[in-house]
Amino acid sequence: MKIDCLAMILAGGQGSRLGALTNNVAKPAVPFGGKYRIIDFPLSNCVHSGIERVGVLTQYRPFALHNYVSDGAAWDLDAHYGGVYILPPYARAKGADWYRGTADAIYQNLNFIELSNPDYVLILSGDHIYTMDYSKMLDTHKRNKAEATIGVIEVPWEEASRFGIMETDEGGRITKFVEKPPEPKSNLASMGIYIFSAPFLRRYLEADAKNPHSSHDFGNDLIPKMLADRARLFSYPFVGYWKDVGTIESLWQANMDFLAKRPPIDIDGHWNILSSNPPVPPQYIGPEARVEQSLLNEGAMIFGNVERSVISLGVRIAKGARVTNSVIMPYATIGEGAVVDHAILAPHAEVAPGARVQGQANSIAVIAEGETVLPESATAQQAG
Amino acid sequence: MKNVMGLLDLQRDEMMLQDLTKGRTIASLPFAGRYRIVDFPLSSMVNSGIRHVGVLLAEKSRSVLDHLRSGKDWGLARHYKGLIYLPPVRPEHDERGGDLRNLYQNLDFVINNNEEYVLLARAASIYNMDFRPVLRFHQNTGADVTMVMGRARHDDVCNGIVAEVAANGLIMDMATKPNIRKGEMRSLGVFLMKKDVFVDLIRRSFEHGGLDFRRDVVARLMDNQTVYAYEHTGFAGRICTMLAYYEMNLAMIQPAVWEEMFLREGAPVYTKVKDMPPVRYKEGARVNDSLVANGCEIYGEVQNSVLFRGVKVAPGAVIRNCVIMQGGVIQEGARLDCVVCDKSVKVTTGKELRGAPTYPLYIGKQAVI
Repeated sequence: MKIDCLAMILAGGQGSRLGALTNNVAKPAVPFGGKYRIIDFPLSNCVHSGIERVGVLTQYRPFALHNYVSDGAAWDLDAHYGGVYILPPYARAKGADWYRGTADAIYQNLNFIELSNPDYVLILSGDHIYTMDYSKMLDTHKRNKAEATIGVIEVPWEEASRFGIMETDEGGRITKFVEKPPEPKSNLASMGIYIFSAPFLRRYLEADAKNPHSSHDFGNDLIPKMLADRARLFSYPFVGYWKDVGTIESLWQANMDFLAKRPPIDIDGHWNILSSNPPVPPQYIGPEARVEQSLLNEGAMIFGNVERSVISLGVRIAKGARVTNSVIMPYATIGEGAVVDHAILAPHAEVAPGARVQGQANSIAVIAEGETVLPESATAQQAG
Repeated sequence: MKNVMGLLDLQRDEMMLQDLTKGRTIASLPFAGRYRIVDFPLSSMVNSGIRHVGVLLAEKSRSVLDHLRSGKDWGLARHYKGLIYLPPVRPEHDERGGDLRNLYQNLDFVINNNEEYVLLARAASIYNMDFRPVLRFHQNTGADVTMVMGRARHDDVCNGIVAEVAANGLIMDMATKPNIRKGEMRSLGVFLMKKDVFVDLIRRSFEHGGLDFRRDVVARLMDNQTVYAYEHTGFAGRICTMLAYYEMNLAMIQPAVWEEMFLREGAPVYTKVKDMPPVRYKEGARVNDSLVANGCEIYGEVQNSVLFRGVKVAPGAVIRNCVIMQGGVIQEGARLDCVVCDKSVKVTTGKELRGAPTYPLYIGKQAVI
């Protein structure tokens, strides 16, 4: 059965810049916003955009991600002739390879693409927080009779040299692509979102796989090659909130963005973010608790003070504890009288009674999964 | 519990719940922020290892069907066994009322399956119970029928079954009473027996003109059966009046009850999944002693209250001792005390609504005040 558009989410990255937060899980599985995981955003975007078949390519520490995505039921992606497919690297008759780059990951799954038989392939990554209607991008791709369309966003000029920058003509056709230019001539940054016409993509993937000098990366290898061949590459300008959460500080900041008076994304609207909903009770807010400017998920139990913070399910904050400007991930506990400020607590982290976790806006304190902070070690950490 | 079949009887209607059960059965009455009454017996069955549940439906069952659907959220959407609906069929020229007929008409379902025991539960009580000890108790005592009972936590105007129980659990006497005193052993509406005992009881009663399960089966159990009471010592309560409904909701706010009901290891209470964002507490929010479900947005003050999913509390609004069901909107400066708001109630700017702790004010579905 032929389908219009197949989405492939690249979810294999370690996200090493997230440090202790990705000790046990791949970046797309990192909790976000009190309830979600990062991969909920591209998955929900797919579902709301009418894309019914999604491949999720996994590699680094895939268990949590596999377990989470499961049969896709949380996103209504458990349909008979569609749904979600988890695609880890696999062994073949002649040896086995890890995914050696973003393009190689797709190349190794060409048989899955063939099976799905789409006209178009949408490539997404699992490390951004945004809501986007991919169907509009697909319409643009079709209207332009493009072979490839790249999602771009305007970034501040002073930051442009950190991104892959596109130069385009008036019709949006891409004339030049430079990875991290020292002197950018444009501020249109690639979002790492690509739509390819399926046969065109296949041709380039097969050629790239044979090239021993290639790093097998879309941005480094395939896009420059396509441009050199004068293929029809168009940009699709995206306007809206789009946040890379690849570092501790950016992950923290993106969480804080949701506490604004007017959050950048309406998580309660028609484009709501779908997520798994474990069977936990409503949150309990105790007699002396105080909760303000915060986002709290079900299953939390709060006796202390919470301000400008994001609290996940199963979190317990004891009497007299103060949690400010922090992101507390599932089942972390904070003991009586403890202080947590400018911090991210990974799942099941524990702050003992009276202990202190103190970070700064430009240096967020991170407590790893299952780690316990005692009153003394907190002092040591401050000194360090 | 593979040898036990669950029968969930959702037919009972409590007249004393008044408008709360207008258009819904007691089984689908919203409870504790994100649940419905039926979630409690059904989750207890599943967590006890029962994998085959027949659901005896009432005639007005749209809301309960919409809630249970395939049974997937309870892990009961299965190729083999799982959740089976047993709808009522009213034969032509049969004017008999009562809930017994539906049990009788569906006896084939019980007979044609291979479980040895039947656990019948009615959806009017709140508990999170492990039924496995009930089965062991039943096997050890050699009872014909075991009824699960609990001590009434306070005087109650619910009509219900109370029993006089010997130290070993043998029921000496049983009565249906219009009100119940604190400390009395009262039925929690759970009956365990061998399949053939169940089939025999229902058949014999219905074929001799019986109409009502409680009156014509339970009240006469003592005549020919050995009946034991298994005492459930954990939290339990029956929802039978507006006041009981109100008090039971507020009882969930006690941390010890909250933990016992919802955080018992390996025994979560399942319910229909809804995708709602986390609760948004805004600048100036003051929330204490409350249960708050996802999707709420709070600017105002909330005390000793249960907020269901998606309730919006505007700046300056004050909610005390209230139960606000899903989708409630409380606008600027409105003040509510001892109020039960049914689904999607809107209380506009500056309105004041006040009930009493012993007589909560009820606001009907979708009302705009």
